[in-house]
Amino acid sequence: MKRTRVQARINGEDRDFLCEPRQSLLEVLREELGLTGSKEGCNNGNCGACSIIMNGRLVNACCVLGVEAEGADITTIEGIARGDRLHPLQQAFLEEAALQCGICTPGFIVSARALLDREPDADEHRIRFWLSGNLCRCTGYDKIIRAVQRAATRLQEAQA
Amino acid sequence: MTTVEKPQYRVIGTRPIRPDGVEKVTGKALYGADVRLPGMVYGKILRSPYAHARILRIDTSEAEKAPGVLAVITHADLPVAADRVEELGESAVNVKEVSENILASSKVLYRGHAVAAVAATSPHLAEDALARIRVEYEPLPPVLDVLDAMREDAPLLDERRRTRTLMTGELSEKPSNVASYNRFQGGDVEAAFAEADVVVEREFRTKMVHQGYIEPQNATANWNADGTLTIWTSTQGAFAVRNLVAEVLKKPIAQVKVVPMEIGGGFGGKIPIYLDPVAALLSKKSGRPVKIVMSRTEVFEATGPTSGTVIRVKASARGDRLTAVQATLIYEAGAFPGSSVGAGSMTMLAPYDVPNFDIHAYDVVVNKPKTAAYRAPGAPAAAFAIESIIDELARHQKVDPLVFRKVNSARKGTKMVNGIAFPRIGHEECVEAALSSDHYRSPIEGPYRGRGVASGYWFNGGMQSSVLVAVNTDGSVNLIEGSTDIGGTRASLAMQLAETLGIPYEDIRPSVVDTDSIGHNDVTGGSRTTFATGMAVYEAGMAIRREMVARAAKLWGLPEDDVEYDAGIVRSKKDGRQFTFKEIAAQSARTGGPITGKASLVARGVGGAYGTHIVDVEVDPETGKVTILRYTAVQDVGTAIHPSYVEGQIQGGVVQGIGWALNEEYVFDDEGRMLNASFLDYRMPTALDVPMIDTILVEVPNPGHPYGVRGVGEVPIVPPLAAIANAIYDATGHRFTELPMSPTRIVQALNGLA
Repeated sequence: MKRTRVQARINGEDRDFLCEPRQSLLEVLREELGLTGSKEGCNNGNCGACSIIMNGRLVNACCVLGVEAEGADITTIEGIARGDRLHPLQQAFLEEAALQCGICTPGFIVSARALLDREPDADEHRIRFWLSGNLCRCTGYDKIIRAVQRAATRLQEAQA
Repeated sequence: MTTVEKPQYRVIGTRPIRPDGVEKVTGKALYGADVRLPGMVYGKILRSPYAHARILRIDTSEAEKAPGVLAVITHADLPVAADRVEELGESAVNVKEVSENILASSKVLYRGHAVAAVAATSPHLAEDALARIRVEYEPLPPVLDVLDAMREDAPLLDERRRTRTLMTGELSEKPSNVASYNRFQGGDVEAAFAEADVVVEREFRTKMVHQGYIEPQNATANWNADGTLTIWTSTQGAFAVRNLVAEVLKKPIAQVKVVPMEIGGGFGGKIPIYLDPVAALLSKKSGRPVKIVMSRTEVFEATGPTSGTVIRVKASARGDRLTAVQATLIYEAGAFPGSSVGAGSMTMLAPYDVPNFDIHAYDVVVNKPKTAAYRAPGAPAAAFAIESIIDELARHQKVDPLVFRKVNSARKGTKMVNGIAFPRIGHEECVEAALSSDHYRSPIEGPYRGRGVASGYWFNGGMQSSVLVAVNTDGSVNLIEGSTDIGGTRASLAMQLAETLGIPYEDIRPSVVDTDSIGHNDVTGGSRTTFATGMAVYEAGMAIRREMVARAAKLWGLPEDDVEYDAGIVRSKKDGRQFTFKEIAAQSARTGGPITGKASLVARGVGGAYGTHIVDVEVDPETGKVTILRYTAVQDVGTAIHPSYVEGQIQGGVVQGIGWALNEEYVFDDEGRMLNASFLDYRMPTALDVPMIDTILVEVPNPGHPYGVRGVGEVPIVPPLAAIANAIYDATGHRFTELPMSPTRIVQALNGLA
């Protein structure tokens, strides 16, 4: 099958790649670009393990085609920390023990980051609503919600 | 946290950050599907569209010629498997049945049963090639319900199968879909029923449900020309995979190396093997490493969910005493024998001291996927039945349901249904903690609101573990282990080693290594790792302590008896001279070489564990939606090594239980096709569906473990089904005996339509 050249900015780096029209962006990220932090749990937009931020919007990478990424600005889990400095969400997930197996964690962190970017003061209900597109089967969500709340508080303190 | 008889610890009971945490929050941790090898190609599997059919012919010739295809295999490529049972640690499997499940030979037994596999240069080309494989089937009538399957005239899944009566070992004369029958008996139930104040009898039904781990099964295999084989996979037991692959492929065990990748959830479902031998054979045939990753639909249709059940219970009370229980448990095994009915029948009465009981257990094959373990396998459905009945008995006798449970509680010395007496257990303490909890003492008011409680038990596992500990010259320590870390055991094991050695937790670096690098470890299952591998860690730590004492004695020219080890310090009892752990480590080259400790053991002294849950619900009579208003889970955790991860296990188990109670079920059509094989239609709880889950950790130390550890992971899924059903009864006056209590069922029941 013919491969198309696509150029995109991924985690602040200009990348170009070749992909087949039938390849999802998730497949491209994982198989072509080696960015395996985004996980495949369902491949039809129901689990959120492949959550990425594309042009400022939270999307499931499995529901976007690779060719649709042309010209896009994309942030994946690999772009959340700055060098060895963890994002407050990542630090809070560690401190709150908000992960067990960890497979859903990248999706939750990217998704929560998209929330806090626009609603830094989101309350528990709002956080639960926003994260309802991300499935976790290990934690029962309790500690994840607490981690997001803790990170939100820290981010707001840092702003003040 | 309630504490009973607990010594002072330095590290145990603290909440440090897990050693594998940073890799997991940054997306760097490598799970099975992340494996990428030079020259690697992709495998896909062709699956049966029928739930029950004979395979007449498979023609792979067109697929072999398809673009990018490097290999095609069928059951004919598997060696003829031995008809014998292999112990996997927590469960046993028949090797021939494993081989039949991996790739069907003459018959497909469920929709999704694998029949052929392709390796190609891309996953898309492999999928394209599957469409070119021609399989001729002769469809047979599917058997989908256990009661239908038990009928004399039922179509047989296997004409050679006979019912084994487990008490006697006898086989039935006629072939049957009933794989086994077992019975536990004590006292005289009929006499007790005759003397009772009240006798309640009901039939309960639960549907097949899935573990729902977010990471699909995967396997990558590389078969070398010399016959050596390496498999990278996400599994609860790398050694179980290795031994079973060796058995199925008829290779010496030492020629198979399994590299455990990070695992994205399992809950029992990642103990069996499905893809590993297929990837291996595709690699052998293609000469390339082959990776196979299941789709979510394949996970639902072709891995092992847990059994749907039919459970009949008749029970009686006199005054505030539970006097007798008669029960019949019928569990779906799926396509091959081996449901969780054994554990269901043995855990059912474990919270109680019941003088008269008669329990019958049937394991029945049906044309559905072969069931696998799912968190406390067998126990939740059995607890749903008995704990609902106990609620009814307590209400009838006008006794508070928790008080009723306390009065009838099993204690040290109470005999289980198999006649073995319990060691020190903590059910009574759990009920007491529930009774005095803020939650239970707060009122619940308002229309369609109600409260329910239930208890549950799980045995927990011991089994085999092996660890190595190496002390480095700077005093840092490598802990080498072979137990899958599925939710924080690197932390709980490193903490136990830090406690034993009296050094900081941060000085220990734990690693889960491949099967060539450590002795055998049984699966991470049965909530055994923190307990059993923890015991091995303790033993290895004690070996290090003895070695440190010997080194210091040598340096000081003293007999070893004059030297003691205390909290990371080696001290002369004679004159108080001392070395720190680091100082001895630094001198190891001059005192006899590297300092290492190892331990291999079969862990004895397993401590069973109990939970008692309280839940408040609100039922919307218009929509049938059940809202969980408040949830408190009390559990005897022995000793909470890392309380955050103990709480996390409990919260996670509770939420799985909430899903099972309210929404989750396999929906099949009459032909045995699963109609909801996606996360959209198989509805697991989201963050929006549940509240915070409060936990009360009761610590009744297990006398069989140096730090009092009891397994904690499985118990919490046992009580929620019944606790929620009891709460819904309290809210609506309707007693639900069938799961899930989905909006449709609730609306139907409340409108008298059920």
